[in-house]
Amino acid sequence: MMTKDTLPAAAAALLPCWSCKGPVSARALFCSTCGAVQAPGQADHFTRLGLARGFDLAPADLDRQYFGFQRRLHPDRFATRSPKERALSQQQATALNDAYETLKDPLRRAAYLLRLAGQVVNVEQAGTVDDPALLMEAMEMREALAEADGPEAVAKLQAKAEQDVAACVKALSAAFAADDLDGAGRLTTRLKYLGKLADEAKARRMRLTRHDF
Amino acid sequence: MLLQIHEPGQTPDPHADDRGLAVGIDLGTTNSVVALAHDGETRVLRDGDGNGLIPSVVAYGEDGTVLVGREARRQLLERPDTVISSIKRLMGRGVADVKAVAGTLPFELDSAAAGGMVRLKVAGRTLTPVEISADILRAVKARAEAAQGKGVDRAVITVPAYFDDAARTATKDAARLAGLEVLRLVNEPTAAALAYGLDNGAEGLYAVYDLGGGTFDISLLHMEKGVFQVRATGGDAALGGDDFDHAVAEHFLAERAAALGHSTLTSAEAKQALATARVAKECLSVSTQGEWFIDLGDQPSRHALDRATFEALAEPFVERTIRICRGVLEDAGVTADEVKGVVLVGGSTRVPLVRRRVAELFGRPPLADINPDEVVAVGAALQAEALTVGSDTLLLDVTPLSLGLETMGGIVEKVIHRNTPIPVALAQEFTTYQDGQDAMLIHVVQGEREMVDQCRSLARFVLHGIPPMTAGAARIRVSFTVDADGLLTVSARETVTGVEQQVSVKPSYGLSEEEMAVMLRASMLHAREDMELRLLTETKVEAGRSLLAVKAALAVDKDLLSAGELAGIEAALAALEALLSGTDRAAVQAGIDALEAATKIFAERRMDRGIRQALAGVSVDRLDQTLLPDA
Ligand SMILES: Nc1ncnc2c1ncn2[C@@H]1O[C@H](COP(=O)(O)OP(=O)(O)OP(=O)(O)O)[C@@H](O)[C@H]1O
Ligand SMILES: [Mg+2]
Ligand SMILES: [Zn+2]
Repeated sequence: MMTKDTLPAAAAALLPCWSCKGPVSARALFCSTCGAVQAPGQADHFTRLGLARGFDLAPADLDRQYFGFQRRLHPDRFATRSPKERALSQQQATALNDAYETLKDPLRRAAYLLRLAGQVVNVEQAGTVDDPALLMEAMEMREALAEADGPEAVAKLQAKAEQDVAACVKALSAAFAADDLDGAGRLTTRLKYLGKLADEAKARRMRLTRHDF
Repeated sequence: MLLQIHEPGQTPDPHADDRGLAVGIDLGTTNSVVALAHDGETRVLRDGDGNGLIPSVVAYGEDGTVLVGREARRQLLERPDTVISSIKRLMGRGVADVKAVAGTLPFELDSAAAGGMVRLKVAGRTLTPVEISADILRAVKARAEAAQGKGVDRAVITVPAYFDDAARTATKDAARLAGLEVLRLVNEPTAAALAYGLDNGAEGLYAVYDLGGGTFDISLLHMEKGVFQVRATGGDAALGGDDFDHAVAEHFLAERAAALGHSTLTSAEAKQALATARVAKECLSVSTQGEWFIDLGDQPSRHALDRATFEALAEPFVERTIRICRGVLEDAGVTADEVKGVVLVGGSTRVPLVRRRVAELFGRPPLADINPDEVVAVGAALQAEALTVGSDTLLLDVTPLSLGLETMGGIVEKVIHRNTPIPVALAQEFTTYQDGQDAMLIHVVQGEREMVDQCRSLARFVLHGIPPMTAGAARIRVSFTVDADGLLTVSARETVTGVEQQVSVKPSYGLSEEEMAVMLRASMLHAREDMELRLLTETKVEAGRSLLAVKAALAVDKDLLSAGELAGIEAALAALEALLSGTDRAAVQAGIDALEAATKIFAERRMDRGIRQALAGVSVDRLDQTLLPDA
């Protein structure tokens, strides 16, 4: 038997099925011989959901792919199977949820695409921003929010923030389409800030309309 | 390249007929219901008088007898101190949680218990909520067995969507004590949506508003072609019809005190006042006024109540549910008018004020043609059938509450946010804050607030053996995994050295494995046999998978074997098959191992052939197939 590291890629991508021990592609979800569910392999979120890699993604397409895979792989399909199959299906479903959650949100999708391209934009933590225009804009918006005194005024600001978010998503789409990664990086940071402002406006409005939340 | 679609192989349950029935159980605060689905047709299992509801009331006799249901509820007023109701409110609760509300509960708590799970004193015994719930589940199981003339050993059990991890674990433990294998814990509103949606072919965004006796849930679901996707959920695990009862009882007692002077009530008298209040409340759902009597210590008092006054008493609670609904709409990023229909679940949605406020919020009358008492159990039964027999529907649920860890200064670092689809696994890295620190306390909490003391503590454990480093140098990766039942497992690992600890979150308010073992022994005559039977079944399922795998492999690659080798494998197959009709678990396991040994060379040759074929560029399609979802 040849050892793995001397094999060309096509053959190296074969693994023994945990159940029937025969060869199975590292990408396969089920063994083609015995039908056993396999462990989720290494795959990017787009590949995992059978989607073309790119920023433009119709929510309906994402849902269709995600539901389709979950229909086959969700733990509910394996409730009476062996413990090993149950555990593998949970891993598969977890990987699908991770992919779905990442791709569903334009900001996370953009950051993920940049990461795949070797650029890091941290969407979780507030990093340093060196875009003075963006900082200025954010400051003005926060001031306006602080000064807004009624639910209507806050709702108006929220609507404005949401419009800005939509415009930024559009610009991001153009940047990715043009393969302008630097531009996409800047816009992703901008989208992160705009999203935060929209959230703050929303939170403020909820506090104004509900007393104890 | 066109990819083939390969149906996942069914592992036939080798002895499907040995198994008992799988039912759906709505284990409610006030009432429990059990239902059964067969070929998509559902039936609520009723008693001889046609009652589907089993009051979740347990009467404990001094002689050790246990009575559940209607008969127990009848005794509630005669022997109040030996009868327990609304125990669900205490599931997963700690002593400290309950102290705050102890005065308002119709229970006598065991004050000796220092920490951990609450214990109740009943008829000379000390019982945990888990054991009392297990008594209810045993009665439910018996009802189902009587109705079907067949054993019942597996169930889908529903829990409030807003139940936290401790309460879910407690529910699962109760089922285990009652001799039921939990196929899945399903959230009550999700079960209701499944029953309603399948019955009515509903498509689009729906809200399920569930106000029962003790809990409130609101879930927003998107239904489409058999997929039930929860978009957001919220609620209050201690808000329900019981609160209306308390408000009315306090109103009556205040009137009584004004007329007859103050007196302190015993817990028995409090139960009576509550029972009267509840009757009044339920009457006022149909009539607009009435008069009730409270007869305590030979001093009856008369109380008139009209609907407007009742509504004023109930209003703050209803308002709370409406505010929670608004929050859930915001979480889902939708407005009320995008919701296509509102499904009402739970007895308390019969209150006209509730219906009015819900209609106002959503701008449409709620859907009327649903039995609010039974729809949850029906959904659970459908899911039980889906899990055991198979189905085209798919339930995609979420975590109701955020999960996180305590960090410096008592601040919560969220690891999994609420409304994240489950199952989910996420990890976060932490570091040490002192030079040479060799251990780290991992404190797991659940809730939305920023400070630890305002969240619910789920578990604490210590990661020991961190190699001494300067502060901030160690990398400790804490992983959270939530399974399809919504149950959390946490593990921590120092990534430089690989020191690892894992806990399934249980300790704080749960029962330890040892306590469970003692209870299992005490409560089930046949605990050992029961456990053994379960292990035997699991081993047989595993054997079934091995048989299927080897037969499938023979079907494609038999030519790799000499006649003698083939005969050897076939003998091992036949031997294992023969063992499946027996009950010797060790023998079945040995048969599995023998089959594996007999096929070792076969497996190697198959891998070699696969690699040779891949190198030659042949047949890659067959091996490289991946699965495409249906368009
Ligand atoms: N006609 C009615 N009017 C008002 N309230 C009612 C009526 N009928 C039942 N209820 C109330 O409904 C509650 C019981 O509802 P249900 O059986 O749905 O609760 P449950 O499922 O046991 O509780 P939970 O879901 O909170 O665990 C009780 O508080 C009861 O008083
Ligand atoms: Mg209920
Ligand atoms: Zn296989």
